Parts: sequence; C-alpha cells; structure tokens
Amino acid sequence: MTAGIAVDIGLAALVAAMALWTILVRDAYAAVIGFIGYGLLLALVWVRLDAVDVALTEAAIGGGVTGVLLLRAVGALHRGAAPLEDGPPPGPATRRIAALACAAVAAGLAFVVLGVSGPAPTLAPLAAEHLPATGLKNPVTGVLLAFRALDTLLEKVVLLLALIGIWSLSPDGAWGGRPTLGRPGRASDTLRFLAQLLPPVGIVVGIHVLWVGANAPGGAFQGGAVLAAMWILAMMAGLSPVPAIGRPWLRAALVIGPLAFLAVGVAGIFIADGFLAYPPAFAKPLILAIEAAITLSIAVTLAMMVAGPPQRPGAP
Amino acid sequence: MPAAALDPGLLLVLAVMLPATGAVAALALPGRWAGRIAFGLWPLGLAVAVAVAWTVWAAGAPLHYAVGGWAPPLGLMLRADGPSALMLLVAAIVIGAAGLYARADLRPEPGATESRAAVVFWTLLMALWSALNAVALGGDLFNLYVALELLTFSAIPLVCLGGSAKTLQAALRYLVFALVGSVLYLLGTALLYGAYGTLDIVLLSGRAGPEPAAILACALMIAGLAAKTALFPLHLWLPPAHAGAPPAASAVLSGLVVKASFFLIVRLWFDVMPGLSTAAAANLIGALGAGAILAGSVMALRQARLKLMIAYSTVAQIGYLFLMVPLLFGVPQAEIAANAAWSGGWLQLASHALAKAAMFLAAGLIAEAAGHDRIHGLDGVGRAVPVAVLAFTLAGLSLVGLPPSGGFAAKWLLLSAAVATGQWWWAVVMILGGLLAAFYLFPVIGRAYADGTAAFARPRDARSREFVVLALAVAAALLGLSQLYPPGLLRIGLGSGLAGAGVP
Repeated sequence: MTAGIAVDIGLAALVAAMALWTILVRDAYAAVIGFIGYGLLLALVWVRLDAVDVALTEAAIGGGVTGVLLLRAVGALHRGAAPLEDGPPPGPATRRIAALACAAVAAGLAFVVLGVSGPAPTLAPLAAEHLPATGLKNPVTGVLLAFRALDTLLEKVVLLLALIGIWSLSPDGAWGGRPTLGRPGRASDTLRFLAQLLPPVGIVVGIHVLWVGANAPGGAFQGGAVLAAMWILAMMAGLSPVPAIGRPWLRAALVIGPLAFLAVGVAGIFIADGFLAYPPAFAKPLILAIEAAITLSIAVTLAMMVAGPPQRPGAP
Repeated sequence: MPAAALDPGLLLVLAVMLPATGAVAALALPGRWAGRIAFGLWPLGLAVAVAVAWTVWAAGAPLHYAVGGWAPPLGLMLRADGPSALMLLVAAIVIGAAGLYARADLRPEPGATESRAAVVFWTLLMALWSALNAVALGGDLFNLYVALELLTFSAIPLVCLGGSAKTLQAALRYLVFALVGSVLYLLGTALLYGAYGTLDIVLLSGRAGPEPAAILACALMIAGLAAKTALFPLHLWLPPAHAGAPPAASAVLSGLVVKASFFLIVRLWFDVMPGLSTAAAANLIGALGAGAILAGSVMALRQARLKLMIAYSTVAQIGYLFLMVPLLFGVPQAEIAANAAWSGGWLQLASHALAKAAMFLAAGLIAEAAGHDRIHGLDGVGRAVPVAVLAFTLAGLSLVGLPPSGGFAAKWLLLSAAVATGQWWWAVVMILGGLLAAFYLFPVIGRAYADGTAAFARPRDARSREFVVLALAVAAALLGLSQLYPPGLLRIGLGSGLAGAGVP
C-alpha cells in the first residue's frame, strides 16, 4: 500500500511539474511536447484510479490526436504561415490576473475536494444493477450507449461539427478538394517503413479495442483513435492518398456512425420502450453494430481533422 | 408498442433530433442539398415548437420524456416548461428568418456544384437549431454541457464564414472565451455529481444545500456561462465576432446564441439552486448587468460603423436580462413565476431576439446598398432600401423601449418590479439605458431618411429579403401587445409540480 502511495505522490508531482513546464516554456514546440507528456501522465493517473476506459481515451485523444494536431499547427507556424495579429501580446497585468484566477479556482477545488468526508455518492451500483438489461459487461459502455445514449449521439454530431469548422477555413477555390498532409513524395524512409509495419498490427488492435469494449475497458472512441492513427501514418508516408473532402465515400464514412445510431434510436420507438431504447433480446448486437459504425466514423473524422482544411482543388 | 409511439414527450426528441439529423444528412449529400434540407425541415421544426408550447400550455404542466426509457438519476430526462417553450418558439422564428434572408445571400454561382460558405452555413444553422432546442429542453447538467458544445461548435465557424483574417481573429477570440466557459461549466458539473450523486436538475434541486461544493460549483458554472453570454466585463469577444459575421449569422448569434447560456444561468439560479442565492451574489449579478447596460450603450454611441454599433447594443441589452436576478431576490420560490420581473425578463429575451435579428438583417441590406457600413456615409440610404430602414426603425423602437414594442413591455415590467421592491437604482440604470439607446439609434435613422448625394444600389433579391426583415421587426414591435392576453405559459415552471416533471 505504501508503495502505491509513493507512486501516486510521484505521479501527481510529475503531472503538476509537466503542466507548469507546458505553461512556462517559451518555445511552442517544447510546450506541445510537454502537453503530450502531460496527457500520457494523466492517462497513468486514470489507470491508478481504476478508470482504464478514461485512461485509454486520454492517451488516444489527449496525448495522441490533440498532440498531432498541435504539432502540425506549430509546424505550419515554423514554415512561415502568418500568425494572426491580435494586438500586443498580453502584458504582465493580464498574465497576473489570469494566474490569480486560475489559482483561485484551484484553491477552491482543493478546499472542496479535501473537505469531503466519507465516500462520494455514486450511481455506479445503480448502473451495475441495470447493466444486465443491455447484455453488456462493461458498465462504461452501458452508460455511453444505453443509459446516457443521447449524450453520446450528440457528441458524435459535435465531432462532425468540429470537422466542418476546420473545413470551413479552406480557401473558397479549394472547397471539395484535398488537404495536404506531410510532404507528398518526400517522406523519410523511416516513416515509410513504420507506415508499412504498423498498420496491419494497429488495425487489428483498433478492432480488438472496439470489440472488447462490450465487456472490458475499450470501445468506439479508443478503437477509432487507433484506427485513425494508422490511416494518418499511411497518409503522411504517402502510401495512401489524402482523399478530397468532396468524395462521396468519405462523406458516407463520416456520417454512417451517427446515422446508424439514430436509426436504431428511432426504431426503439416502435420495437422497444422509446427513442434510444433497445429491445432486451437484441440489445447487445444492436449496441455492437452501433459501436462498429461509430468507430468507423470516429476514425475517419479524427484522421480528416488532423489532415486539416483542403488546400488544393481535387477531383470532385 | 403503439402507446409509446403516441407519447407526446416524443415531441421533445423531435425538437432536438430533427435539425441534428438534417445537419448530418447535409454533410452526406452533395452541397446543393444543404439548403434544400434546411428549408424542408424548417416548417416541421416550427410545427414541433408550436406543438410543444401548445401541449405545455394546455396541460398547465411541464412535458417530459425519459430518453431510452431510463429514468433519472441513471438516465436522461428531457423537460419542457414555459420558458423552454418560449425559447423553442423564438428559436424557430429567428432561424427561419435568417434562413430566408441567407437564401439570397448564399445562392451558389451558376454551374458550381457546392460553395464553401453555403454548405457550411446551412449545415451549421441546422446544428445550431438543434443545440438551442437541446439547451431549452435538457434536464440533466451533463446533457446540457453536450448541448453547449454543440452550440459552440456550430456558432464559431459562422463568425469567420467570410474568410478574412479579421473575422478569423474574432472567431479565435470567441473560441477562447467559449472554451474557458465550457471548462468552468464542466468543473461545476463534476463537483455537483461528486457531492450529490445526480446531475438531474429536478433531483438536484431537492438535494443541494448551501454547502461549499454546491456554492463553488454554482459560482464556476455561472462565471463560465456569463463568459458565453458576454456579460460585462466578459463581453470583449462579442463586438468583433457579431459585427464581422455575415448578416444572417449575426442575427442568429446575437439574437439566439447568447440567450442560450443566459437561459442556463436562470435554470441554475432559480431551478437547481434556489436555496443558494444570497443578497450579495444577486446584487453582484445585477451590478454586472447594470454595468453592461451603461458600458455597452456608451460604447455603442461611440461606434462609427453600423454593425459594430448594433453589436455593442447587444452587450447593453443582455444587461437587462441579468436584472431579473436581483429583482427576484427574496421572492418565495412558489411566487417567482407570477412576478413582474420574471415575465419582464423573458419578454426582454424574446423581444431582443426578434428585434436584434431584424436589426442585423436590416443592417446587412443597408450595408449592401451602400457598399460599406460607415454611419456617416449613410445619408439617404432609405431611398434604396426603404423597407429595410423601416424595419430598422421598428426594431429600434423595441431596443429603446417605446410602446407598444416588446422591449417597452419588458422594460416596463422590470421597472415596475424595481419600484415595487424599492430597488430604484436598477430603475435609474434602465431608464438611462433607454435614453442612450435613443441617442445611438435615432441619428442612424435620421441619416437614412435624410437627403443625401451618395449613390446607392438596390441589392439583389432586395424585395424578398426586406419582407422577411420587416416581418421580424413588426413581430418585435407588436410583442408588447401579448401582455394584453397573458397566456400564463411562462408560469409553468419545472417547480410547478415536481411529480409532473417526471421524478420517480
């Protein structure tokens, strides 16, 4: 137990130190590396808290996809993309006010969290009690796909909106065209080697993470993120072309997840207890089908987000 | 099972999912379809909003629906009370007007398969509508967080639809404020779940007491929502964002989007945490509202550009909404819905939504006719777009607060509440705000009707667009008359019968 506490204290100190480094370091590239490290450390914290589902998501999204997005942004700045002029940089007074506000929020949180006596109330027993009705064994998937399915469905729409937001930044003439990812034809041998080696394994891992999500930690978001990473790798190495954003198959892959989810939800009105309800006999297969569809949509959405807005006209 | 299919609560699902489905479908189909889907959906969405309002009003009790058959605290409940119904109606009207206006603005060039601005606008407009309805109907604080995210991500790209560096800058600043607001809201939500084991609004209202966790959570959430509402002094992002967006987008952003986060502040303050309000907190919120009225009006007075002036006027008009909080302080929970300040606040929300949307659309036509929006160069623009200028004038009546406009009735109700509770200082601020509004609006109207030498061109499709703008402005100007027939809709609160609100 004491060893566990020592690990926890060390981990907490590292997370705090990494957060501080990310804020204080002057170089944008170093800050992004710090941010990625922070995401990975945070994933370890979630493991220590027995929240493996959250840990997987944090590592995949907080460390992985967000990290790549930020690295690409820094890269664009280094290549001479004009930074936006937004007046003078914040002066010392603004910085102090921001620091004070953050410190006040942190102190308030510390006061409240440390002042809690006894275990916090939780819905976990209630979720476990109703889990058999869904046919699942992982309560997190039960919450995401059954008890709070509306949240998950709307989050999928949010993800698509984020992509539309990124695409909306394209030049008018490039709408419907191709994003630029990496430098076509100039990928290093190492990258090409990795892009040939990893995807066969990664695709299996991604599908496995999705499949076990019904019964063990894992699920659509984590599986989708792994699949997205493999596709991004292949596109960056030039082994797989970056599709034009107007391609019908791409659009279909983006929307199949939310539409399948919605279709099952509407069917629930007629064959079960209502919108987004599952008939008990078919709950698990329906949930797995929805998860498979949203995994595909998540993978394609995340990869296209990293690819960024279209820069050159492509075949319609 | 047929009984479930007839559940009137499904109307709430339709209100949220119909536009969301439209947005997803618009992405799947070729670009020309985005606008067609939006126009096909609009009458359906309007009918759903009317049906929800009618059902709530006829039953005299909130309408509710447990999604997936899972009752709270495990599942999510959608609930419609009087204010939700009002939000649904106002959203449907303003979205429809913005869509009709934009149809001429965004018509694709002949031969083009899809244009960037059109696809993005129509898709996001539908998503934004879904988000507004989800905010109005959400009964669970985390579900409301998702609704807020949906709103943020559909609103921000609309700001930089034009694509210039300046609007991109405004959108980024908006993004920073909105995301900080989201994080603060989410922190508060997590604290509340940790303290009370539920996120359902009605269940929380029965459990939460004046404990440190609840107070901190409430403070964080209200601060975050205030940033999204652009409450003074967190308003810095609003003027460049709302002034830089295309007219149809500005109308929706200024008329509806900032109202959604305000709506959630009211939910938190009056429905979730009625026991937490202290005189100091209520007066602080009131003081920020008063600061918004004065600072926003003075800044509006100093603007040389029409759209920036209208945007600063939004900062000021938002301030009136927040006066509800101190004016209703100390009123027993059961009597709040019958109070003049309650009706006044909601009427201000509705009439500002209609008037401000009308004003931004009218300003769009005026700017199109003049080729710029510098106020001193608008002498005589009324000859090119007379109906737009008339609409601008009618909308101005509501913002200044002259009878019989909705703005007049709203401000009158708020004033009488201030006088009745002896809080005359809020009354002074409101009267000053009205005077300042007259000072910044009437010179524009005077110039538009004056003789001028500048040549103005009549915009493309001006007639149909002018009609839409006029209809909105007339609605705003006549909204005050609705006070003659108090329908009692706004008195149907979540608190009016907890059993009816779907608590197991």
